[in-house]
Amino acid sequence: MPEPFETHLDMTEALAPAAGGGGPVAASGADTLQGGGPPRTPRRLPWRRPFRPGGGLPGSSRGLWSDAWHDLRRNPVFIVSALVILFLVTVAIWPQLIADGNPYQGDLSKAQEGPAPGHPFGYDLQGRDVYTRTVYGARASITVGICATAGAALLGSVLGGLAGFFGGWWDALLSRLADVFFGIPILLGGLVFLSVVTSGSVWPVVGFIVLLGWPQISRIARGSVVTVKQHDYVQAARALGASSGRTLLRHIAPNAVAPVIVVATIALGTYIALEATLSFLGVGLKPPTVSWGIDISSASSQIRNAPHMLLWPAGALSLTVLAFIMLGDAVRDALDPKLR
Amino acid sequence: MGRYVLRRLLQMIPVFIGSTFLIFFMVYALGDPVAALFGDKAPDPATAARIRKDLYLDEPLWSQYVHYMGQVFSGDFGTAFNGQPVTELMTGAFPVTLRLTVVAVVFEMALGVTLGVLSGLRRGRGLDTSVLLLTLVVVAIPTFVSGTVLQFLVGVRWGLAPPSVSPEAPFTQLLLPGVVLGLVSLAYTTRLTRTSVVENARADYVRTAVAKGLPRHRIVTRHLLRNSLIPVVTFLGIDIGALMGGAIVTERIFNIHGVGYQLYQGILRQNSPTVVGFVTILVIVFLLANLLVDLLYAVLDPRIRYA
Repeated sequence: MPEPFETHLDMTEALAPAAGGGGPVAASGADTLQGGGPPRTPRRLPWRRPFRPGGGLPGSSRGLWSDAWHDLRRNPVFIVSALVILFLVTVAIWPQLIADGNPYQGDLSKAQEGPAPGHPFGYDLQGRDVYTRTVYGARASITVGICATAGAALLGSVLGGLAGFFGGWWDALLSRLADVFFGIPILLGGLVFLSVVTSGSVWPVVGFIVLLGWPQISRIARGSVVTVKQHDYVQAARALGASSGRTLLRHIAPNAVAPVIVVATIALGTYIALEATLSFLGVGLKPPTVSWGIDISSASSQIRNAPHMLLWPAGALSLTVLAFIMLGDAVRDALDPKLR
Repeated sequence: MGRYVLRRLLQMIPVFIGSTFLIFFMVYALGDPVAALFGDKAPDPATAARIRKDLYLDEPLWSQYVHYMGQVFSGDFGTAFNGQPVTELMTGAFPVTLRLTVVAVVFEMALGVTLGVLSGLRRGRGLDTSVLLLTLVVVAIPTFVSGTVLQFLVGVRWGLAPPSVSPEAPFTQLLLPGVVLGLVSLAYTTRLTRTSVVENARADYVRTAVAKGLPRHRIVTRHLLRNSLIPVVTFLGIDIGALMGGAIVTERIFNIHGVGYQLYQGILRQNSPTVVGFVTILVIVFLLANLLVDLLYAVLDPRIRYA
């Protein structure tokens, strides 16, 4: 579903435009990266696997998760994007590791100057080091992305999962509520909401993304739970007298969570882009917070004189979003056997 | 068919009320429209109370909402910050944004479907892999970055297109902004078409068509493409929302005086009638677009019948 990125991608509506109907196929909109590569060795689907007492040969009776992990370790796309993300998270926590300057310290006499020894990316309008600011900008984007995704995924999967499991009026009410939130393009809602909340910290932005992002996850979670609920092992658990809570937590949740993880990973990238867009429009994060969106916004008016001011933070932002989207793509390939 | 449309229209009413109330709540309850009228200065309490009474702002929120919606449906959207009626802003802005959206949709549909079919038919070859990789990169670059960079390169450095748009905004000037607006959706359209073509290429009816000895272009255009376009059309309905949101960014970069520009001005000056009025119309457009897409479904796929 889009917008969102703007959309609503949505932008936020991630790489899963066809998932709007709440179908169980998480992200059929985008295709796999190596969709057409040489056919890999066919693997038995987990539920078709013959039962082997005593575990059988090592590696021959893997579950969905170890199976997916086995797959991911051999996927170059996954390895590259995971390394990039690991690097970004490290830099977000300890920016001093690779940048020893001060992102707030400027020297006006060097305003807009190009690269110089020790300052590989040049200086911005206030004479601050663009390299240091680009490194420090990772923190805001990564914080917003991870916190917003965690919040939206938790809220969405709890609400959607309960709705799918219990059905009835609660389900109907939740679906209508999700429709209401879907009726507002996410960027539009963000502009309105954040323009009245005047704090410039990351938390209003995170709260807003959770507020408009959960319906997407809840639709996926609901569809997934509805599908899993009909499987025989759930009937068996019920027949053996398992309570609703136990059935939901021990039997349904582990089998229904895969599509949610996939959509959430891809959404993480689009949330980072959304935060930057809102900061660019002047309603998201505000100075003195160091953010790529703010830096790009202030550099965009000077692009004729000093393109380097814009290109470095923009490149860092695009690379971050790309890494998360590719990670989601790889995880989807590993978790969804249907796409093979 | 008629009953289905009626049912869908009735279902839209609670969604419409919910969405507009949410926006109304954000603007009128979280913000302060009267304080915004005075800018940085503190309003005189007596004057503020008078304005509050005149604008019904001293009543509870739900009654403000009912009053506002009553006025909207009688054609009165209130007054913008510069004293112009909001309806006047709308008649100026909507045609411009409509033209921009048309450019974006035509661009993403024409190029996206073509690229999607080409790479879907050559699954696994070099073209396919590079198209897939390219779409991921395009998705990862936010609109405001691609817009600014393309404006600089195409508009300023190479001088191929005007870098900003005049208030009349003819189609020729909207080409570059339209491309920027449709860029991210283009990537989605391409991937969606490709997936759909790859799936359908294995279908029985394609094998039948090949066995009948039909020429290849006929199989692709008449059999494969028609069936592969169904998910793409669904995406288009959802995409309208994304395009309307993206228009705020694109119109700001290229100085286009459309819906996004007016909305941005309204938000910047905290002018509540402008914001709520424009958003209300956009929500209606979005809901109607989705209904239209669902009806188009039945045209494209005869298996779907609406009782």
